[in-house]
Amino acid sequence: MTNLVILPILIPLLIGVLLIFFKNHKSIQRVSSVLAVTAMIIASGYLLYIVYNNGIQVIELGAWPAPFGIVLVADLLAASLVFLASILALVCLFFAYQTFSAERERNYFHPFFLFLMLGVNGSFLTGDLFNLFVFFEVMLISSFILISMGAKKYQLRESFKYVVINTVSSMFFIIAVAYIYGAVGTLNMADIASRVGELEQAGVLTVIGVVFLFVFGTKSAIFPLYYWLPHSYFAPPAAIAALFGGLLTKVGVYTLLRTYTLMFNQDTAIFQILLIIGGLTMFIGVLGAVSQFDFKRILAVHIVSQVGYMIMGIGIFTPLAIAGVFFFLVHNIVVKSALFLYAGIAEKITGTSHLKEMSGLLKTHPYVGWLFFIAAISLAGIPPLSGFFGKFALIVAGFEAGHYFVIAVSLITGVLTLFSMMKIFMTSFWGEVKIPNPNFKDVKVTKLILPTLPLIFLTIALGVAAEPFIQFSLLIGEQLMNPSEYIDSVLKE
Amino acid sequence: MEILMIITVGVLVTVATYLLLSKSMLRVIIGVMILSHGAHLMLLSLAGLKEGSPPLLGEEAASYADPLPQALILTAIVIGFGITAFMLVLAYRTYKAHKTDNLDELRGTKDD
Repeated sequence: MTNLVILPILIPLLIGVLLIFFKNHKSIQRVSSVLAVTAMIIASGYLLYIVYNNGIQVIELGAWPAPFGIVLVADLLAASLVFLASILALVCLFFAYQTFSAERERNYFHPFFLFLMLGVNGSFLTGDLFNLFVFFEVMLISSFILISMGAKKYQLRESFKYVVINTVSSMFFIIAVAYIYGAVGTLNMADIASRVGELEQAGVLTVIGVVFLFVFGTKSAIFPLYYWLPHSYFAPPAAIAALFGGLLTKVGVYTLLRTYTLMFNQDTAIFQILLIIGGLTMFIGVLGAVSQFDFKRILAVHIVSQVGYMIMGIGIFTPLAIAGVFFFLVHNIVVKSALFLYAGIAEKITGTSHLKEMSGLLKTHPYVGWLFFIAAISLAGIPPLSGFFGKFALIVAGFEAGHYFVIAVSLITGVLTLFSMMKIFMTSFWGEVKIPNPNFKDVKVTKLILPTLPLIFLTIALGVAAEPFIQFSLLIGEQLMNPSEYIDSVLKE
Repeated sequence: MEILMIITVGVLVTVATYLLLSKSMLRVIIGVMILSHGAHLMLLSLAGLKEGSPPLLGEEAASYADPLPQALILTAIVIGFGITAFMLVLAYRTYKAHKTDNLDELRGTKDD
């Protein structure tokens, strides 16, 4: 069953290519993309089951042995993130069907949605640095098209900047690959990891690590490289913004997690830098969120602050901290997407996303209000929900390692997060009914709420039944902190 | 030879940085293209400009050149080509919608 690893990449590729030929057949497009994403969920769920029971799965493409050919590797971290990404894709797809115009669907929405998933799954599963670059580019080109689709004035303006910034950072990716090929002579991640110990000049590796920090930091929007995010993620419609907000920056965090635990773990100074960057990212991000007065913009800036927690966890660099990063990553993918979808629903009802123009949604649409409330307090980290346990693991790990200052910053950030979420809830959901959209009574929200329910269920389940998930995260933390298992299963030693 | 290549890479990156910082959209796109050429040239030279026969089976030679950097650059060039084409179309549509290609006038303003 080793071929199972390639299925989450192969399914969206094949269906996506086929769907290009069915441009004008709406029902064929809808049914086959749902089938494709469902097949992805089944394949990746089974993959996770196999990896959990039988250990790391490796496929050598074209039967070339590991350091020479390209490998796809599914360890627990990669398999579980692929599974989660597929679930999120299904949710966003159903939400998109309720909100998108027919014209948008005719203009190749489905193929590019599937190609985006291909890029995301490939980035999680690949075991080769140049291949990672290629999957990143597949993901980015699809995201360029999805973000500029619709061609409103605002969208065109912001997507041009998004494209230029991401392309420049991709060029630095090639430069970093060139550096590492010059220094180590291989691009297979496991092979690099096994050879870094023999390298005579360890300093070279730190330089390469910092170039990678720039590249992945731009994709995951860390301080001070987050400038592009608040504007770009405001542009696309809710279903796409939810997918981007949930997944794309987290792919950057995943690559940081993978490269720093596997390859650049020699130099402790770089983890100090990550710790400082993490603290600054979460604090500046949440300050930006507090200062905004727009539903979608607050959520977009919040992504920055949440990424800060994960960077802080990588900076602490103990098994418990890595487990916390994984738990927080899963929690954030789920909750952030749910919040973006509720922003889309609120915008659909009121016709605006500015907080000062709407109020009293709780009276007209109580279900939307209370579901948003659950997601919001989960993001802020209130105990029975999933946000609390991710933060709790990170904070305990920080105390054990003695990083008190950054823990204090993270607690202040938590309070400010709660404040900005309550600002949304109080201004838009409480108070007198004031809705600028004159025909809001005709807007049916039941069909819009249904796709978001799995995400709310997941955040409650992750919180209420936290114990098994924490155990699972600890397993991942152990696996990442002892890369010998990964290296051995790739290189077959 | 390596020294010459690295100087060329430096010149390309300098020119690209200058163009990326300019106000016109078209200049920015040309800057990105030149930056990608610099990155590709650097990949080629950092992998070592080996002297030797082409990497073919069945040829008798003392040493063979490393085929991997060329394969990597070929992939990167194809990707760069696609992105450049997309950027040109996007810049054209932005120009049509906003009636300007001056990036100073395309800053985020009150209308968003």
